[in-house]
Amino acid sequence: MDDGGRRARPAAHELARYESLFAARTHGMRSSAMREMMALTERPEVISLAGGLPDTSTFPPELYAQLMAHVAADSTARALQYGPTGGMAVVMEGIVEVMAAEGTMVDLEDIIVTTGGQQVIDLVCKTLIDPGDVIVAEAPTYPGAVPTFGAYEADVVQIEMDDEGMPIDALEAALDELQAQGRRPKFIYTIPNFQNPGGVTMSLERRRQLVELARERELLVLEDNPYGLLRYEGEALPTLYSLDASSAGRGGASDLVIYLGTFSKILSPGVRLGWAVAPRPVLEKLNLGKQGADLCSSSVTQLFVAAYLREQDWMGYIHTLRDLYRRRRDTMLDALEEHFGEHSRWTKPQGGLFIWATLPEYIDTTDLLARALESEDVAFVPGRAAYMDGRGASSMRLNFAGIREEDIREGIRRIGKVVGEQVGLFGTLTESPPPPASPPSATSSASGAPPASPPAAVPPAEHPSKPKPLADVVELPQRRRARGR
Amino acid sequence: MKVAVLKGGRSLERQVSLRSGAQIEDALQRLGHETVVIDVGPELVKQVRAARPDVAFIALHGRDGEDGAVQELLGAIGVPYTGSGPSACIRCADKVLAKHLMRDAGIPTPEFHSFNETAFRELGAAAALKDIEASLGFPLVVKPAGQGSALGIKFARSSEEVPSALLAAFSYDRKVLLERYIQGRDLAVSVLDSEMSSTAAQPTAQPLALPVVEAVPREEDFYDFEARYQIGRTAFVCPAELPLLLAARAQQLALEVYALLGCRGFARVDLMLEDGSGELWVLETNAIPGFTETSLLPQAADAAGIGFDELVSRILLSAPAR
Repeated sequence: MDDGGRRARPAAHELARYESLFAARTHGMRSSAMREMMALTERPEVISLAGGLPDTSTFPPELYAQLMAHVAADSTARALQYGPTGGMAVVMEGIVEVMAAEGTMVDLEDIIVTTGGQQVIDLVCKTLIDPGDVIVAEAPTYPGAVPTFGAYEADVVQIEMDDEGMPIDALEAALDELQAQGRRPKFIYTIPNFQNPGGVTMSLERRRQLVELARERELLVLEDNPYGLLRYEGEALPTLYSLDASSAGRGGASDLVIYLGTFSKILSPGVRLGWAVAPRPVLEKLNLGKQGADLCSSSVTQLFVAAYLREQDWMGYIHTLRDLYRRRRDTMLDALEEHFGEHSRWTKPQGGLFIWATLPEYIDTTDLLARALESEDVAFVPGRAAYMDGRGASSMRLNFAGIREEDIREGIRRIGKVVGEQVGLFGTLTESPPPPASPPSATSSASGAPPASPPAAVPPAEHPSKPKPLADVVELPQRRRARGR
Repeated sequence: MKVAVLKGGRSLERQVSLRSGAQIEDALQRLGHETVVIDVGPELVKQVRAARPDVAFIALHGRDGEDGAVQELLGAIGVPYTGSGPSACIRCADKVLAKHLMRDAGIPTPEFHSFNETAFRELGAAAALKDIEASLGFPLVVKPAGQGSALGIKFARSSEEVPSALLAAFSYDRKVLLERYIQGRDLAVSVLDSEMSSTAAQPTAQPLALPVVEAVPREEDFYDFEARYQIGRTAFVCPAELPLLLAARAQQLALEVYALLGCRGFARVDLMLEDGSGELWVLETNAIPGFTETSLLPQAADAAGIGFDELVSRILLSAPAR
């Protein structure tokens, strides 16, 4: 290190010196075997159902060129300049419209424009979380939030979902138990629409209950809604933000929901633009936090997005995406039926990008991924990535949105082949025929949840009248009709 | 000298290999060598031919690189390379073969049984599991035969956990082993060839055992894949705090294993020091241990007063001597 050369290599004994420099929170930043393996999914021959990608190839290149030319012609100096930390007003005006399309009315003044939705999660943690503070999240939860929560040393309590999202009674029980320990969560993190990775949507009743509960207990809710406009069937449900704002008669603003939006899934993740709508005091802190993080989001892309929203039929493009993704979802569901049927269960999302499949509990999907990559050149996200505590081992997340239909069919066939081999092998290892897949009924609720036991705070959801567990079959009337034809 | 650094590949240890390769490349450049970096893939032979290197530095871990395949190819096209030849690579990469050789040679290695998938599918091996469990005791370790890192290594604490541990190990290899678990300290002895005499017409390599490194896991139950390659997850103590005689015995065992398996250039021998009995057990040998900033071979060399660049230089010079 003494010579200061860029290529100077730390001698082994100097490593201890680096280590003493690392902040304690970096111990929570984990690389993992899984991440090592994910690097292999980049090989061209691999069909990867692991990405979180939308399909950007559907965006017309000439429109992109036209918009960029427009930005250049009208505002070169502005595009190349810093912008306000909170975001440019022109893009905020567009955000107000996008949110109105989901029935959520917001004030320009309550918005902060961020560098992707991911920055909202980071900023919210940065401004609210001290080491050891509690965040309540769904189980499984967004794998991309897991390292953020870890980096801020949050203590994450995960509530097992069923097919209506986070059960509010389980949430209450968890809150009670925390309260008994003298602890109060800093916020509840939820993805109510087509949850990533679970693929489930929180029911209207649960949404009302959640808002009610949050108000009673004065808790903040971080509502992460990247996919709300990507609904392929069924009726759109109101956002938590709008439910709170309207029922409280607060003139359109919620004072307990921090809403997270993003252009990543309805336009482009490459523009790296997201936003938060938050109660004013929180918004001010987020703004200060953002100053320290990146001063402002890209002016170039803000002007691009503003021009796009102002001049183009952006809703038309969302319709295009919906049609495309709906077909791909159906293709994946059919392929799962054909190749996964016997051993596994999976969610049937009404929108979004992902299906969550759960295999027999003796299969660890992290190990399965190694075999799938090695022998079949196919990849998925192992379920553990969506848990902070090692659960989710027998589940996997499958992306259907960013993948061509023939690759979806082939990818699922390959995974199904490996699963079939493992099931057969397990039968010979236990000297028994392969155990049948758990039947998709309410009586199998214990096995419907990912295999490890839920946290003590969460009571098992075994009431017969309760919604079915997450991975069980959800009715799909539209597709039934289509098949009957 | 023109050196082709072979790294990457498509093994599960690709990322580790890329980091090893980058470190080696930097060192070679500091040493004044011309380097060509090759990410190993279907074009390997063509790329090596086109590069016309004086020597290939193999920084591959896991499949292809450590199992002798790349060495075989380089030998076939007449390109000298670092480290062990195909036969030693095969013996090291297959833990079962290595353990059989050690057992036959009287080198202590934990009791084990090994099966391939066929034994379970066609020979009803599952019926023998009870006997194996009885003889190995619990917890027992289940490993894929051919995985270089800790990937796929599972610990079964009861009969019920054995089938899924086997299933996991079979995800990485068609052959797995069940091994008695040794409770104790995790040691590694790296071995490095050093020339006896540079004046002799035929310089002969004399293997040198480097100081013993102890890996102390911090967070995990067991020394796992994640801990192995990340600063801060495992504490390394080098030289390990051991009685002199014990350290010497570990080094002696490592040299015996190195010779037994026919290694050349360098290798790393992993051992356990059993709590209570104080016995040393050899687990496995890595023909191409890591060269990352947290890897054990560079640390051990450093403790012996051999800096990274010198380490790379010595390994490089040992290559054309074959």
